[in-house]
Amino acid sequence: MAKIVIDPISRIEGHLKIEVVVENGVVKDAHSSGTLFRGFEIFMKGHHPLDAQHYTQRICGVCPVSHGVTSVLNLDSALGVAGQIPDNGRIIRNLIQGANYVQSHILHFYHLAALDYVDVTAAADYTGNDLGLLKVKKFIERALSANDLAMLGPFWPRYEGDYRLSKAVNQKATADYVKALDMRRLAHEMATIFFGRIPHGPGLTAGGVTQGPTDLNIEQFRTKLKILRDFTDNVYIPDVIAVAEAYSDHFDQGFGCGKVLSYGVFDLDSNADLTKRRRVLPNGVADANLNLTAFNPQFITEDVKYGWFDSSSGHPSGTDTIDNHNKSGAYSWLKAPRYNGEVHEVGPLPRVLVAYLAGDPTVQQMVNDTLGHFGAGPSALFSTLGRHAARALECKIVADAMDKWLDELKVGDPWNVPIEIPDSAEGMGLWEAPRGALGHWISIKNGVIDRYQCVVPSTWNCSPRDDRDQPGAIEQSLIGAKVRDEENPFEVVRIVRAFDPCLACAVHLVRPNGDTIGEYRIA
Amino acid sequence: MNIKLNRRHFVELCAGSTAALGLSLIKLPEFETLFAQAIKEIPVIWIQGSGDNGCSVSVLNAIPPTIQDLLLTDVVPGSHVSMRFHPTIMASQGELAEKALHDTEALGGYVMVMEGGIPTKDGGIYSTLFETSNNEPIPLIDTVVRVGRGAIAAVAIGTCACSGGISRTPPNPGGVKGLSEVLKDAGVTTPVINIPGCPPHPDWFVLTVADLLTSGDPGSIEVDKDLRPLKFYGKLIHDQCPRRGNFAAGQFAKKYGDPECMYELGCKGPVTHADCNDRLWNNKTKWCVEAGTICIGCAELDFPIFKNAVGDLNALHLPVDMTKSLDKTALGIAGAVGVGTVAFAAARALSKDKSGSGH
Repeated sequence: MAKIVIDPISRIEGHLKIEVVVENGVVKDAHSSGTLFRGFEIFMKGHHPLDAQHYTQRICGVCPVSHGVTSVLNLDSALGVAGQIPDNGRIIRNLIQGANYVQSHILHFYHLAALDYVDVTAAADYTGNDLGLLKVKKFIERALSANDLAMLGPFWPRYEGDYRLSKAVNQKATADYVKALDMRRLAHEMATIFFGRIPHGPGLTAGGVTQGPTDLNIEQFRTKLKILRDFTDNVYIPDVIAVAEAYSDHFDQGFGCGKVLSYGVFDLDSNADLTKRRRVLPNGVADANLNLTAFNPQFITEDVKYGWFDSSSGHPSGTDTIDNHNKSGAYSWLKAPRYNGEVHEVGPLPRVLVAYLAGDPTVQQMVNDTLGHFGAGPSALFSTLGRHAARALECKIVADAMDKWLDELKVGDPWNVPIEIPDSAEGMGLWEAPRGALGHWISIKNGVIDRYQCVVPSTWNCSPRDDRDQPGAIEQSLIGAKVRDEENPFEVVRIVRAFDPCLACAVHLVRPNGDTIGEYRIA
Repeated sequence: MNIKLNRRHFVELCAGSTAALGLSLIKLPEFETLFAQAIKEIPVIWIQGSGDNGCSVSVLNAIPPTIQDLLLTDVVPGSHVSMRFHPTIMASQGELAEKALHDTEALGGYVMVMEGGIPTKDGGIYSTLFETSNNEPIPLIDTVVRVGRGAIAAVAIGTCACSGGISRTPPNPGGVKGLSEVLKDAGVTTPVINIPGCPPHPDWFVLTVADLLTSGDPGSIEVDKDLRPLKFYGKLIHDQCPRRGNFAAGQFAKKYGDPECMYELGCKGPVTHADCNDRLWNNKTKWCVEAGTICIGCAELDFPIFKNAVGDLNALHLPVDMTKSLDKTALGIAGAVGVGTVAFAAARALSKDKSGSGH
């Protein structure tokens, strides 16, 4: 049996392994397994509730803000102040989160995904005067003059073959890769104005935020935002379209489970009931047939049949996390979240599609214009390229909205409300990380955390099979994928990376010989 | 360097790279003359364990030197870092990436960077990377020890890599440890420099790398008992804090956003060694205290578990125990007054009926 082991997949966050069985150039089966266990839910027990936002930000260094905000929403509800967050507090939370969306989306396209499409070696015979590109050119020359290709790390080695962009587009995209390093840094500086620092800022608290608006920090924010909006409109979105033009067959790859879920993000009011808040990107459940239905958080469950856990399946507010890496049949450190018992995808595609179907005119026009360019409708979002397009458009939606929010801040008005820690309470925080739906649930007893559960986006997307043996979203998106060259399985990594997983992965291509499908090693 | 590069040559050079990865390849005549030029080149192997990649993201924020300098040009003139293995940014994956790692190990003379803690429980099965030829997952700790043994120096970036940090919060389900402890247990004597912080300021890491490149000798970097460069971790936040005067005068903030000393709200400045207040974060934009909130002590190896004034499981927002701190300097100008102030403040903070802290 010929076997190709790809371990790890790089340019994603975290630790994930994906096994793919390929037969006659088509993926027949796929398994996704998380290969790192950290146990946040276990070690937060007994801690003071207010520590939760500092702890949970450390779940992810790329999107800590999302955990921070979800955690304070969770505490808002447990402490009974969810309906009282002052406008300044609500807007500043949005601004910190928005800055991180812009950072995360730019980072994802250029520094995580682009190297699967863009041939940076095109910089070698660049003759212009773009400083970033000249740096790349010199970098290549140094390696060649030393006759040592290993000096081309981290851009080398790589899969070879399927690079389709013209030399000019490759050079432009490479220049933009370098420029985007500055842009994502600038987005982080923007977040820091209100957040204190990033990653892992201290500026959020139950009841609001820790500092109010000043004329100075509003202007600082706006100045940086202007540069980022310019980059998004005139560099990021055009680059995504240029890639999509050359790789248009990837609109037919990575369809997935065909069902999407959004909790909604960016609050426009402070309704005490999170599910009823008006949000810039609304909550909802949709499918590839463009049906939209209402979202009900009671329908969220987590299955553990194939996870290395001894705990039970069920709603996150009533389940624990008990690890057992000897569990027979299990193959992942992830649980399998399901909505109404079904597999759902989360992320920019779901958020943009739900907003589209909910009738948001701005979103509808953007999606129609962008996909119309390729002669496609909104259902084309269910693809490798559709996910990139949705992410880029969302970057613009959020960046444009932030400019308006700055105008709504009122210098001198309050930015948080007093809070008290109750002896016992239950809370729920629902929000959207750049990578998708994020939920935190807290149970407070004797004034400390008794139970804290997080259901994170990549658990939805990268989940193993559930109690009914339904494959997870990425597993389903891989099954049926066409792989042209098993030595260089671009299609597989492009599909996986389009989800922007928050896990580092390993992919195995196994040609079935009857004894590998459905049998998983027990560590 | 003035090279007339022929793209066709380059493509030839690149073709079939999987077969000739990272080894000396085809000799191109036009480069012959340049081979004599010694190029100072430090290969780096960057391993990620139990963590969240926040340290890598923080390093992306470096300025100056920038991440472009680190990856493409030079951190100090004429000295290049060559990122041979870094899971978050490298183009390669799978076998190619694994081979790049092995080739760099075989080359020797590389620096190891460890990000994240290292799970050690049950042979380290809580974090795996790569597989054996029989498809058995390889515990990360095995790779860490092997790569660490062959390195000329190791840098532990972030508190998780230094001491386990957040990842080893009791009950520490994965048995997570920091790099220096793991290497010591394995009998590895490679010098380790700790750059804690959750995340660390990018300067702390990049400028330490610059020092390593300049001196070529990890022993030349002065460190404290926790193996932290004194240059960055030599002073207490508390002693440099603009609110230090409020502390001495016993003026304490009641909620976030108040202008006074935040000791009562749980500020860890009195036990935390770092220069955030001078250096500021994210291109000198701001730092935690300036944002109206506490220092949570992330640059200390103890983070996030500090002893509080009553010795219980610490909450980050409860006053830290300063009276038993090894750092008597933290008690400041008038030690006795300081101790009195602290005891008084702590008693007040803890007698509060679970309200008022942090808002």
